[in-house]
Amino acid sequence: MTATKKRSWTEAVRERAVGALPPEKLLPDSQPSYMSSWIYIFGVLSLGSLVVIIASGSILSLKGPQWWHFTGIGHFFNSIHLWSVELFFFFMAIHLWGKYWMAAWRGGRARVWMTGVVCFVVAIPCALTGYVSQQNFDAQWISTQAKDAMNAAGIGAFFNLTNFGQMYSVHVLLLPLAVVAIVVAHILLVRKHGIVPPIPLAGVGEGRSLAGAGDSPAGPAGHESGSGSGLPASGDGSMKTPGSGSGDDREPGPDPAGSPT
Amino acid sequence: MSRESRRAEDDAARTWTGAYKPYDILKEATIALGVVIALVVVLTILFSSPDDPPSTVQSWSHADPVDFVTTATTELDGSSTTGSYGPPYNHASSGQHIAFIHLAKWLGVSHPINTAQDFVLAPLRSLTNQPVLQRAVSSYEAAPVKSQTAWTSAYETALAKASATPSGSITVKAGDYGPLPTMMGSLLTFAQSGGLDGALLTSRRFYQTDYTKPLLFMADGGVLTSRAQQQHLLGEQWGLMNETGSYPGQVWLWLYTFWYQIKPFSTSANADILVMAVMGVMTLALLLIPFIPGLRDIPRRIPIYRLIWRDHYRTLPPPRGDDTPAQRPIPT
Repeated sequence: MTATKKRSWTEAVRERAVGALPPEKLLPDSQPSYMSSWIYIFGVLSLGSLVVIIASGSILSLKGPQWWHFTGIGHFFNSIHLWSVELFFFFMAIHLWGKYWMAAWRGGRARVWMTGVVCFVVAIPCALTGYVSQQNFDAQWISTQAKDAMNAAGIGAFFNLTNFGQMYSVHVLLLPLAVVAIVVAHILLVRKHGIVPPIPLAGVGEGRSLAGAGDSPAGPAGHESGSGSGLPASGDGSMKTPGSGSGDDREPGPDPAGSPT
Repeated sequence: MSRESRRAEDDAARTWTGAYKPYDILKEATIALGVVIALVVVLTILFSSPDDPPSTVQSWSHADPVDFVTTATTELDGSSTTGSYGPPYNHASSGQHIAFIHLAKWLGVSHPINTAQDFVLAPLRSLTNQPVLQRAVSSYEAAPVKSQTAWTSAYETALAKASATPSGSITVKAGDYGPLPTMMGSLLTFAQSGGLDGALLTSRRFYQTDYTKPLLFMADGGVLTSRAQQQHLLGEQWGLMNETGSYPGQVWLWLYTFWYQIKPFSTSANADILVMAVMGVMTLALLLIPFIPGLRDIPRRIPIYRLIWRDHYRTLPPPRGDDTPAQRPIPT
């Protein structure tokens, strides 16, 4: 008779989490050499804006919804909150477009794309509930106008834009919680799958023709080598992979213009 | 692109086996946060944020007593926007729909509002120390519907030519309006004193956070609309995506607002549900792009990716065979 040790739930979750996201993936100290464009900074700028939104929103909620109308410092933090929201959407829109033109869902990254879209979509009512919680004329006008679309779609039955109490609590707790949860999921998925590699050019390089396969006669034929991604990032064809050596002997790669590091 | 080549590309894109370079993710995040904070502070110092004071029933009744009384009369006979709205406020109509889909009707009346009772009669009944007014209200309530309708119709016609006096009351041409002049005169005085703002909020509880009734009452009149027009906020002025002053507002709602500017949406009685449906379908399409043939292929056909990864492509060995311009990375 052999006694097999039964794994606890905690062990199973830990093993699965560490298996999916080992520390070197979660907090990487190297990045693929193709990450060299300004477009890459808009994801982290969106994240930075979200941090400022939450910090300024926390200060505003600590002091209550009336505070910012009657004090200079309150109005200052309201302005911080407003502009960080504007920047958040601005950065997020550019990030989204950038990822679209990279076809960033390739290589099993559909969930990364979808969580990004969901984040954008959930952020919209999050902002809307903020606008209707302002207790000023903007709040009056926007709530009385936007209610019609909510009511027509049946959403108004349980989401009343003219009910300040409901909108305020949804704005300061429920929707921010949803946005943060989706952003966390999005980031973890990005870390798990890595940044999407470039779309291969038809017929360029050794055994790495994939892109434009439908457009170019060279197309799929170039994939004959079947060498995985087969995309050497170095001019001499050498491949340096994470952990293949110290940072000093890694492929220098192009200037990381996309990274403020 | 064939299914096989797509699968091959997908497999190839799963794991990067090429070169890596040093990267400090925490340093990058910290610098990005610093840049955002600096930008936000600069924008705050330069532009601040709008905070136009809200309208009140009191300010409205002082500024435009004729509009206030006209609106109150339409609330009394149920011909106001709210009075004839339908779900979720009342059963006056079935609400907007698409074909056989009546979402508003199906979800029912969740915030019941009887405009006559809630906006006019109940506030007037709360003024118990005015016996003449209470008799007028009783007289109105006891009258047949036909008489009530005749009074309100005649009164609304007369109000179209009414004028306000310097003291804030209104002058209406003499006519058979039943008890309405007494009722509306008292309601106007009550509103101008600020009492109606409170009366419209009253529930059985001390604390109030639901402003549905006063907001809908004001929205039925012209007080919000006239301010919104001055501030370029009307629907035909791209409406709620703007905010007061020269601030960007909710620019991310541009596409949603866009549909209201064109036919058939701009002229449809079901515009809101139609626009919501269009936006719902478009949002779903955006979400599912990775699985939608055509949409997912556009990035390959419009090679913006060559700009994004131009540094990478420059490092690749030259193509085999003919080196046609279409196969070369774009020059920078």
